[in-house]
Amino acid sequence: MSLSQLKQGCKTPLLRRMLEFKVYKRKIQGYNVTRTTLRHRWIKRLPVFSSGVQTISTQSDKDAIDLSKFPVERIRNFSIIAHIDHGKSTLADRLLEITGAIVKTERNKQVLDKLQVEQERGITVKAQTASVFYTHQGQQYLLNLIDTPGHVDFSYEVSRSISACQGVLLIVDANQGIQAQTVANFYLAFEAQLTIIPVINKIDLKNADPERVEAQIEKVFDIPREECIRISAKLGTNVERVLQEIVERLPPPTASRDDSFKALVFDSDFSHYRGVVANVAVFGGQVRKGDRIVSAYLGKSYEVNELGLLRPHEHPTDRLYAGQVGYMVAGMKDVKEAQIGDTLYHQQHPVDALPGFKPAKAMVFAGIYPMDQSEYTGLRSAIDKLTLNDSSVTVQKDSSLALGAGWRLGFLGLLHMEVFNQRLEQEYNANVVVTAPTVPYKAEHGSEEITIVNPAQFPDRSVVSQYLEPMVNGTILAPDSYIGKIMTLCLNRRATQENMVYIDDHRVMMKYIFPLNEIVVDFYDLLKSMSSGYASFDYENAGYQAADLIKMDILLNGKSVEELTMIVHRQRAYNVGKAMCERLKDSIPRQMFEIAVQAAIGSKVIARETIKPFRKNVLAKCYGGDITRKMKLLKRQAEGKKKMRRIGNIDVPKDAFINVLKRTEK
Amino acid sequence: MSVAIKRALLRAVAVPFPSGGGRCCTAAVAQAESVQLSKEASLYVHWPYCLRRCSYCNFNKYIPKADNGSVMADCLQRETETLLRLSQVSRITSVFFGGGTPSLAHPSTIARVLETISRHASLPEGAEVTIEVNPTPVGRSRLKEFHQAGVNRFSIGVQSLRDEDLKLLGRDHDSQHALQTLAEARRLCPGRVSVDVMFGRPRQTLGSWERELSELLSVCDDHVSLYQLTVERGTGLFKQVELGQLTLPAEEVMAAMYHSARTLLLRHDFHQYEVSNFARGNAVSRHNLNYWKGRQYIGVGPGAHGRFAPLGEGGAVREARVQTLEPDFWIQEVQHRGHATRKRIPLATPLGLLEEVLAMGLRLTEGITHQHWQVFSPEAELYKVFGTFPDVENLLLNGHLILDDRGLRCSWDGLALLDSMLPTLLLALESYMDR
Repeated sequence: MSLSQLKQGCKTPLLRRMLEFKVYKRKIQGYNVTRTTLRHRWIKRLPVFSSGVQTISTQSDKDAIDLSKFPVERIRNFSIIAHIDHGKSTLADRLLEITGAIVKTERNKQVLDKLQVEQERGITVKAQTASVFYTHQGQQYLLNLIDTPGHVDFSYEVSRSISACQGVLLIVDANQGIQAQTVANFYLAFEAQLTIIPVINKIDLKNADPERVEAQIEKVFDIPREECIRISAKLGTNVERVLQEIVERLPPPTASRDDSFKALVFDSDFSHYRGVVANVAVFGGQVRKGDRIVSAYLGKSYEVNELGLLRPHEHPTDRLYAGQVGYMVAGMKDVKEAQIGDTLYHQQHPVDALPGFKPAKAMVFAGIYPMDQSEYTGLRSAIDKLTLNDSSVTVQKDSSLALGAGWRLGFLGLLHMEVFNQRLEQEYNANVVVTAPTVPYKAEHGSEEITIVNPAQFPDRSVVSQYLEPMVNGTILAPDSYIGKIMTLCLNRRATQENMVYIDDHRVMMKYIFPLNEIVVDFYDLLKSMSSGYASFDYENAGYQAADLIKMDILLNGKSVEELTMIVHRQRAYNVGKAMCERLKDSIPRQMFEIAVQAAIGSKVIARETIKPFRKNVLAKCYGGDITRKMKLLKRQAEGKKKMRRIGNIDVPKDAFINVLKRTEK
Repeated sequence: MSVAIKRALLRAVAVPFPSGGGRCCTAAVAQAESVQLSKEASLYVHWPYCLRRCSYCNFNKYIPKADNGSVMADCLQRETETLLRLSQVSRITSVFFGGGTPSLAHPSTIARVLETISRHASLPEGAEVTIEVNPTPVGRSRLKEFHQAGVNRFSIGVQSLRDEDLKLLGRDHDSQHALQTLAEARRLCPGRVSVDVMFGRPRQTLGSWERELSELLSVCDDHVSLYQLTVERGTGLFKQVELGQLTLPAEEVMAAMYHSARTLLLRHDFHQYEVSNFARGNAVSRHNLNYWKGRQYIGVGPGAHGRFAPLGEGGAVREARVQTLEPDFWIQEVQHRGHATRKRIPLATPLGLLEEVLAMGLRLTEGITHQHWQVFSPEAELYKVFGTFPDVENLLLNGHLILDDRGLRCSWDGLALLDSMLPTLLLALESYMDR
């Protein structure tokens, strides 16, 4: 099978499986996530006047917007957060339509999700901002919707967005009810002390049960059921009320126009023409075109060339005032100059820097190799370009005897890894082998601590006082009929149960502490399949714990295969070793002699498979008319043999390593 | 043919693992043989038609639309003539009529082709002339006339002695027909009749195969070709196996069938001289030996393959040649320009030729003698090329391959694994030639 077929074959399930997988981390951040292609494809807007809604959002009044007319009292900054497919993007589309930010058409589907990967997966990877005007009780308000990615792995985006908000709309599907991600999102907003407006969406569905969902919300989040708004974003039912509630319930930003100018950089884009385009939230004072501003992080000063609102396209204005959110171009030529979390101030009026964000730590590592070494340079440039837009990916050169030169990349989580790989393929047409993900272990000796990303660096037990492995807090929501199965699965994954509560008569929320390593490969797939798709899962990092880790070698007729060495927990060594041996057995072609495939810890073999030798391998009929065909085949085999990796006297095709090392789809 | 070569050949043929001559005199013999090589060839004639399609066959064959026997005869004659002239060979050492079902051809067609050969080259008295025969009543009825036309060896496609299996394979004969045809052929050409038999058939067991082969050995002549059934893509059988309607014996069983057949045949004094060919006494197929020894052959007829060095064009570069596949187009081309050679691929010298000599020669139990190798590779002897290549050393060490004073050959066990060894040997050859 050709490798491109192989890649093709695994694409769809690989993507599907990841859709709901999400991690969130609290207030970690500091990436220069920039993009050049966003915000350039907005549909040309026309004035829309619908009953009850007044808008000043038209092209013609472009220069007429006077932001000074919007004091903080008439500004609301909010996000929408939701579990996958609960309707976040649809509600965003409706809000933009009702306020006239975009023309109401059939085509408005996920208008804030611009990347191909976002559209295909129905997820948001990259935060977006859209400012809209809304008139309530005769007063015009400036509402800033800061769209957040709905997925754990992108929670660095979520927490950045939330830092610029005072409230959130927490969307829950009226049929599915609270899911694992809903819980994670809730806590993210709750801990940021934001005002939460629960919105029950999809009430038009036949099986909608908004009452049950309201009860769940009351029970799990302690929010009175009366505060929930029942809507159908699809049909537009009650969406107007959401706007009213935003104005009435959400507090205005606490910022004063009288203070010195102070703004938080909460996101940035990079354009080859204009340099850095920073997304800023103004926390005090005002800023205008031509001002000299300073980055608190670098101490460098810049002149503001352009600023304005994102509606969601760039709409230049004269100034931005306290409490407002917008974009700014200030001659920053390098993405590194626009540190996310940085504070900007006027050159003449230094201020104390805002708290900012902590950089995120890569939690899932995987080897990325070109399918063919001749594609190395192309892949390198593709990775360079992508990491320019997503600096949360850590990049280390790596090489494997079997797969050649490549990289070991670190990601924030599994979905992050999937999205990165998908973008490599879609946007850069790269053809890659991705190895099964691993997690960063640690080893302690006295006060020294080292992080182990590659099994080759695994220090010997004798020089180590203890090994540590990363842990996560996992949340599982599922119908109670699956409790038994789920508990068994978690137990097999070395998980410890923290608690379990019924969120209504039939659904339970279970909390576990897992070793991260136990969930990075196939946990979520198993959970989904054993619960007929009803269970949802989410996790957040929970530090490191001591663990009985060992190095496991894979041997072929007694010779160690370096690239297959792995770090495992002693308790799991047998299962992992056995699975490795079985996969290798299926991937190494039979040879003239017997091959023992073994997994070993030190000198102790813990699992074994045997590849039986050929007993007969010779073409039966080979006469005058068969020679050409036979020679062609033999020559091809001889060429293939040259490319194989020799371990002892065994020829192992590259495909075998790929089969064993790459992520499985099942 | 020189006396020395004749003797060498006879020895090669008569003894399964012959002892080689001294290495000093092999050079002279090899040189003589090398000179002879370009002047001789064997000739293969392809008859493309069959009455029906066998369920396992993916060969180049056609169900005839109309009786075009005489056009075919004319064209076969014409192409033989043209190619003989092109090849410039002075002597045809053997002729083989294959197919298709050549026993469907009119005996006069056979006679005319043979006459043509004799007219343009020498076809020595007693040179082997074989025809493949379908053991149907029609096939049997023609044996005598084929014999009269100049055929002196019959190769009979018995395939099986089990009628239900013959039906499954889509054959148009039964075991009775086969036995009658065999008897008639033996009467006409005693000691020069071969039977084809197939093992590894659906539902076959090791025991039933051994019984069947024993039965066959009690009625057959002095030559047996046995083939493991290979289910080729695009055949009826392939579909049935794919759909799970038929199951083939497991790989291990297939290997055991081959092994037991080799043993059984040896016990009946049939020595194995090639992977699939067994002969009693001197009854080897000279024509087929020619292929395995890397000698020239001319292919006549639709889709026939040949290997010879054609006239002119910078001397004697051997070419792999393929004739046009489809009979109607083949006829047109032959009528138009005397032959229907569709493809000509010059064999790279010396590597391309040596690769074929190696791959084909090792199919013989005697393998490649030093003398045989020297004919094609006067400079680099077997020891030099293969003796020190590490991977080949492994094959020699584990006893699958033998390199000694006689030459390079497979051991008894190694022969069944030849295709696993050839890529390594080809790499050894390539690496030597690169130096």
